[in-house]
Order: sequence, then C-alpha cells, then structure tokens
Amino acid sequence: MAQVTLNAVRKVYPNGAEALEPSTFTIPDGELCVLVGPSGCGKSTMLRMVAGLEDITEGEVSIGDRVVNDIDPADRNIAMVFQNYALYPHMTVARNMGYGLKNRGMDRGQIAAKVREAAEMLNLTEFLDRRPSQLSGGQRQRVAMGRAIVREPDLFLFDEPLSNLDAKLRNQMRIEIRALQRRLGTTAMYVTHDQVEAMTMADRIIVLSNGHIEQIGTPNEIYEHPASTFVASFMGAPPMNLLDAEAGQGRVTLPGGEVVPQAGVNGHTGAIKVGIRPEDVAPSAQGDLSFNVDIIEELGAQRLLHGKMAGQDFSVAVPKDQEAATGEMRLALKANAVHLFDADQGRRLG
Amino acid sequence: MADITETRVTATPVARPRKRIRWDHVADHAILIAGALLMLVPVYMVFATSSWDAITVHREGMQFGFSDQLGTNYDAALFEYGGFTDSVNGVTMLANSLILGLGFAIGKIVVGMMAAYAIVYFRLKFATLAFWMIFTTLLLPLEVRILPSYEIITSITVFGLYENGMGNSYAGLIIPLIASATATFFFRQFFLSVPEELIEAARIDGAGPVKFFIDILVPLSRTMIAAMFIIMFVFGWNQYLWPTLITTDESLFTLVRGIRQIVQSYADGSETPDYGQAAALAIIAMTPPVLIVVFFQSWFVKGLTESDK
Amino acid sequence: MKRAAFGHIGFPILLLLPQLVIIAIFFYWPAAYAVQSSFYAQDMFGFTSTFVGAENYTRLIDSTNYINALNFTVIFTVLVTFFSLGIALLLAVKADKVIRGAKTYRTLLMWVYAIAPPVAGLIGVMLFDQSRGNITQLLAFFGYEYRLGVNYWDTASAMIVVSVWKQIPVNFIFFLSGLQAIPQSVREAAMIDNRSGTSRFWDITFPLLAPTGFFLLIINITYSLFDTFGIIDTIVKGEPGNNPLTLVYRVYVDGFRGGDLGGSSAQSVVLMVLVLILTIVQFRFLERRIHYT
Repeated sequence: MAQVTLNAVRKVYPNGAEALEPSTFTIPDGELCVLVGPSGCGKSTMLRMVAGLEDITEGEVSIGDRVVNDIDPADRNIAMVFQNYALYPHMTVARNMGYGLKNRGMDRGQIAAKVREAAEMLNLTEFLDRRPSQLSGGQRQRVAMGRAIVREPDLFLFDEPLSNLDAKLRNQMRIEIRALQRRLGTTAMYVTHDQVEAMTMADRIIVLSNGHIEQIGTPNEIYEHPASTFVASFMGAPPMNLLDAEAGQGRVTLPGGEVVPQAGVNGHTGAIKVGIRPEDVAPSAQGDLSFNVDIIEELGAQRLLHGKMAGQDFSVAVPKDQEAATGEMRLALKANAVHLFDADQGRRLG
Repeated sequence: MADITETRVTATPVARPRKRIRWDHVADHAILIAGALLMLVPVYMVFATSSWDAITVHREGMQFGFSDQLGTNYDAALFEYGGFTDSVNGVTMLANSLILGLGFAIGKIVVGMMAAYAIVYFRLKFATLAFWMIFTTLLLPLEVRILPSYEIITSITVFGLYENGMGNSYAGLIIPLIASATATFFFRQFFLSVPEELIEAARIDGAGPVKFFIDILVPLSRTMIAAMFIIMFVFGWNQYLWPTLITTDESLFTLVRGIRQIVQSYADGSETPDYGQAAALAIIAMTPPVLIVVFFQSWFVKGLTESDK
Repeated sequence: MKRAAFGHIGFPILLLLPQLVIIAIFFYWPAAYAVQSSFYAQDMFGFTSTFVGAENYTRLIDSTNYINALNFTVIFTVLVTFFSLGIALLLAVKADKVIRGAKTYRTLLMWVYAIAPPVAGLIGVMLFDQSRGNITQLLAFFGYEYRLGVNYWDTASAMIVVSVWKQIPVNFIFFLSGLQAIPQSVREAAMIDNRSGTSRFWDITFPLLAPTGFFLLIINITYSLFDTFGIIDTIVKGEPGNNPLTLVYRVYVDGFRGGDLGGSSAQSVVLMVLVLILTIVQFRFLERRIHYT
C-alpha cells in the first residue's frame, strides 16, 4: 500500500508540445483518484508517466516513499488495466493472469493458487482455460482486472477501462471495480473522460484541461464549488448554464436588464459569467427570471426544458410530475444556486 | 392520430413457375470453367505425357491419354544418373531444391523478424537510417545486378572458409538471395499493427526484450510466419537464374536448374531426348510447391495480399 | 516505433546485424560494383581494366541488338501486362459473383502460381515445338506454319502466351481479394441505385478496384521485366541467336556469354534507373492510396 506523489511533474514531447504543465499533488494511501478531462487534456500522459511507460521531462513521481523516475515499469510494483484490455491473445486466461508472476520467478504452485483466488473473486473460475477471443467484453474486462489483482500491487492504474463496454455493462463494472478497490484497500489512479464515472467512483477527482490541473477535490466539492467555467460545464449532466452578465453597483444584471438574485459581487465590476445548474431552478409564477421554452426533452425521471434566458441558451431540469409547456415562463432559484466566474479567465469569484 | 388499418394479404395460390435457367449464371460458370481448364490442361498434358515412351512423344507431341510407362519414367527421373558427369539424379536434385527452399525461407524469416523487431520495438537513433538501407534493397531485384553479384560471390573468401569463393556451395546459393528485405518489410508492417498496449502490459508484467519477443511476439506472429514461410519456400524452390550461375557442380543442381539440362538436350538434337522422363521431372519439380500452395491456401493468400500493403 | 519502445542499445544492433551484413555484402557492394564497372572496359581475359567514361553507355545506344531488345521489352511488357490483368480481372469478377463452387474455382485458378517460370517455359516449348508441338499442329490444321525459334514473332508469341499464363494467378488473387474488400453495404446501395450489372461494374466496382489495379500494374511490369527470365531462357533453349530478347536477358547474355563486364554493367545501371522510376511512381501513388479508404 502506498501513497502517490507528483512533484512539479511536467511532460514536453520531443516536438516541443507541452502535454502537461508542472503538476503537484498527493493521492493518500488507499484512495481512488479519478483523472478526468476531455481527450488530449494530458490525463493519460500523467497516468503513463506514473506507470513508467512515458519519460518524465521534469519533476519527480514517488510511489510510497520511493522516487520511481528511473525505475523500470516492472519494478514499480504497479498493475495497469488498459482500455482495450491488452490481453495476450495466444495465452489462456490463467496464463494471462500469471504471466507477471512467472516473470518475477514465483513457483508454479503459488502462481496457480493466486490465479485461482483472483478468479474466484471475479467469477472467472470456469473460464481459466479459455483464450481471450472466446470471452465476452465484460469477461475480458474481468480478466484484465484479475491480471492486475494477482500481482498484489501498491497501486492500480486504470486507463479508461470501461469505455469499450456497452452502457449497461459499464454501470455494473463501475460498481464492481469500486467495491473491489475498497475491499483490497489498494491506492488507485483511474483515467476517464466520462464525468459520471468520475463522480460515482472517485474519492478524489482531478479535473484536467489542456495539460493543466483545473481543480482537485472530492466529487461533492467539484460539483458544489467548481473552480472554473471549464469544470462547471464539464462536470454534471446536463451541464451548468453559463450566462454573460454585467456586474456593477453591488449587483449582477443580465443583458435584458433582469437582476440575478443571490449574487454578491464583492466589489467586482464589469463583464462577468453567471453559472446556474439546470436542477437549481424551478418554474414558479413569482420567480425572478423569465425563460422562454423552445424544446421539451422527456428523459423519464425528469424533463429537460431547453430555451433562452436573456437571449442566451439555457436549460432547466424539472421532475417528471411537473407539467411543462413551450413558451414564456418564470423561474425561481433554489438556495445557493448562483456561481460567479470572471469573464476573461473563467476563474471562480468568491 | 391517423387510422392504421391492417392490410391483410391473402395468399392466392399461384402456379409455381418452373425453375428458370438463369443464363447469366450459366455464362459466369462457363467463363470460370474455361479459365480453370486453361490453367489445368497444359499441366495435365505434361502429366499424361510422362506416362509415354520417348518415341511416341517424339513423333506425335504431348499426349492426352495415358500409357504404361508411368512407373518407368518416374523411376528413371528420380533414380537414374544423368547429366554430363553422371553425378546427379532426381532424388539429389529434390534434396537440393528442398535445402534451397527451406534454407531460403527460414533464413529470410529469421533475419527479417530480428531486423523488424529492432526497428519497431526499440528507440534506436539510426533506426530510420537502417530501415531505409534495408528498404532500398526492395528496389533492385537480383537479376539487375547479376554479373557483379556473381563476380563478388565467386571471389569472396569468408575467414578462409570458402577458399575458392562461395560458388558451388549452399551458402553461396542461398545467402545472396536473402539479401532483399521483403520479409523484413512484411514483419515490420505486422508489428506496427500489433496493439501498442501489448508491449506496455508486458513491460509492467516484467518482460524484457528477449522475453517479450519469445513469449509474446513470436507466438502472436504464428500465422504471419506460416504465410511468409509458404511464399518464401515457393519462391526459393522456384529460383532459376542464380542457381544456374552459381552451381556448376552438378551435385548441387536443384530440380528447376535440372530443367535447363533437359531443354539443352533438346537444343543439341544429337539424340532423341527422353521426353517422357523430362515430363516426369517437370511434374516432380512442380509438385511440392503446388501442394503447399493448394493445401495452405488461406495462409498463402493472406501472406501474398498483406505483404504488399 | 512503439510509444513504449525499449531503450536498449546493444541488443537491437545485434538483431539488425545479420540483415545489415548480408545486404552490405550481397546488395550494396554488387550494386556499387555495377555502377563502377559501367565506366570501365576490361580486356578479354579480365586482367586489366581502363576507365572509358560513358563509352559503355554510348555503345548501348548505337547497338542494334540493344535497341531491338529495348523495343521488344516494351512490346512484351505491354502485351503481357494487358492480357494477364484483363483475363485475371474477368475471372476474379466472375469468381466473386458465383456462390456455388466459389472455393473450388479459386483453387483451380491460383495454383499455377507455384509453378516455376522455367517449368512453365518447358511446357511452352513442348506445346509450341516446331515439329511436334500440339498447338503447332493445331495451327497447321488451320493452314498456319508456326516456327518456334525460327520466326521472330512466332517465338515472341510463345513467350507472351506462357508469361501471361504464369501471371494470371497472382493477378487473380489480388483482384479477388480487392473485390472481397468492397463492403457489402456499398454493393447493396449500388444495387438499389442502378439495375444494370454492367454499368454497376464500371461505375462502382471498377473505380473501387483502381488502387489494386494500379498496384498490380507495377507488379506486372516488374514481372515482365525480370521474372520472365526463366521462361525466355527455356523457350530460346539457352541459345539467344536471333530470337527476341528482353533487356534483362541481354544483361545476362552480354555479361556471361559475351564476357563484356562494362557493357553488361551499363545495362544493369540503366535497368536500375528504370526500376527506381517505377518505384517512385508507385510510392507517390501509395501515399494517395491511403486517402482512398
């Protein structure tokens, strides 16, 4: 078991492109930390540097109290689960799982015992003699997990492990991976571009964009207090509404002249961004804001109303038992619904 | 809502038309059968002729029917010593063809796989240079540089091993033919198509370069190796110009090289050539590669069509 | 190169060494030797050689033999390429279309690939022999006197027929695999858009086969230039005489029969340049071919 520390770690490719700005953080022992962001944000690069598959341009990576910059991937005592599973196609499930142990010089009896134990944990016992090509997607995913478990690593690395599965299986495996990691108590780094996976699985989330860390925090902190417009719109579905507004004279005014309630501007004046989550507003005849509904999207448990507020795109989520129709309506804010960001940098204000 | 009425189609019993002859299908088959016959008939005639005595063939040309000389002709082609020094028979030539085919195929695959592995899986500074140096050899077939090659190989002495040059030796026969990069190129293409994550998983599993090659890459390449082997074996077996030049010692003649002796005896015209025996030798020369190509057809086609992508 | 490539130095060099040594000795050295010799003239016994500049090349241009060979090579290449591609394409389209017996047809049309060119040449000699060849007899029945090895164009036609026969299987295999690579959905879309099978072929199938066809064009030119050596050598029975000869055969005849190292090397160099041009054309095309799919 071990904590993972990145100290000013930076990655520049030979062609001069900076894939990761100097980044520093620590993942405490036993936590599952999710790296999330759109493709090309540097999350996979970060994971691969921890694995030792990518050279570190600057900075230090430590696993436990050991700096691993110059240590071979095989000697870092890590295990990795790949997006396409990377199972050895010519080996049986049992040999796939035991290959790393065999290379460590463990004797056959011991390998067999460990493989059997992991197979039981993952319901793979009956498949041990099969080849990967004879397995379903979910089973292959489990074999990849099993290969990671038998090594008893200090650290699990997951590189988008669920993105090749269908939606239903993905939900199921999400829960399984989470439960397994809790049970084993092994520190884990998990890369995904799916914000639902990040929110549901993580002890701690690191949001990345364009090679730099936007925010580090628990799922709750990220959701309640997004540090930037990027985080605000990336995390949460449907995404947070962002409206251009004007701050002045101690209040925030939308282009049409309506005043946004709850907005304390702390002396900020000029252009500003107002963030309101679709689920933080509710239709109400006495509401402060006017909203024009164009399209209603039925989702079953709730409805999404898409339309315009002060001439800008805006969405509202309402529960299924609440009637809705297109046309003008008034909206009231729930408590703590308003997030303010500065208009240039998109940083959170206050 | 519009009314949706269910239309019921009542099945009126229609007199089933008699099965029509699709003339375009007949034409397709006719063309294909004609093509197949074009390929088959000449070889069939050689086979039929190999059952006849020399006199009949000399008088009437190749035959369509079979006669009683089949055993005699093949026996003679395989076991009788012929040529100028009487030092070579069919069996020896068969063995030499086998050595050339196998040596060429195995040599080419081993050398090619090693080089391709180095180029694809290692961070070598001069890998690109090495690749281009190897790749250039694809441009010029041996036929183009035949005379200088011959001069060099017959004069070369490797550590005193070949005092009189490499002419009339298996090494001189096989190695110069390996000096083109078809196999290297083929395996490079294949290695590049192997998923990136496999080497990453293997490295985390503690496999070094040798282990990765033997445990993962070679087993993974089995089909590709088989495909390449078939093509290279046939290619090696069928070599003509180089064996003709480099082997003057008859005990090193291959079957294909032996064909030249037949033709030459035709040209001499001093005595009636033994046509039946010649046909038998031609059949013996083509049988092993044909069988391999027919029986391992899917590998062969795969190897052929994928090597040139 | 792979992202997570190994960082070792010594081991990969060891792996590359056999290949590099072999091509250095058996490829680069002879090729360089050919270029060098093409500027020298050797005396009859090979004892002395003198620098003669471009004389070997100018000698080629003045040589009727060489110009004849050049002309014949062009005609030979065009005819062999055209007929072997055309017949193979027809057979491949039909083999791709039929359902019953498709596998059998495939086998029957490709196995000749395995026959060595000189063996094919031998079959040709026996079929076209001046006095007892079966085809000669057939032609005599129609009143044509066919004289292999005597009449220039009679000999040439035998060479062409045998070369086409030997090359059909390769073209067939590539065309068939090219046809099978055309997605079923594209064919079905075409069937909905166009009811005529013939115009579907020219509008849809043929353009989609064009990359395969172009690739095969290069392959067939190379084949006609170089790989037909065995066929030609057996058909002329090792006696060039006044028979039609290709450029590669001239390299061999002048080098080994004539003992003219300089002249033969100059011809080699000319052929090298020719192949180089072909390859460059092929590569320029290959780059475009990637955008095709």
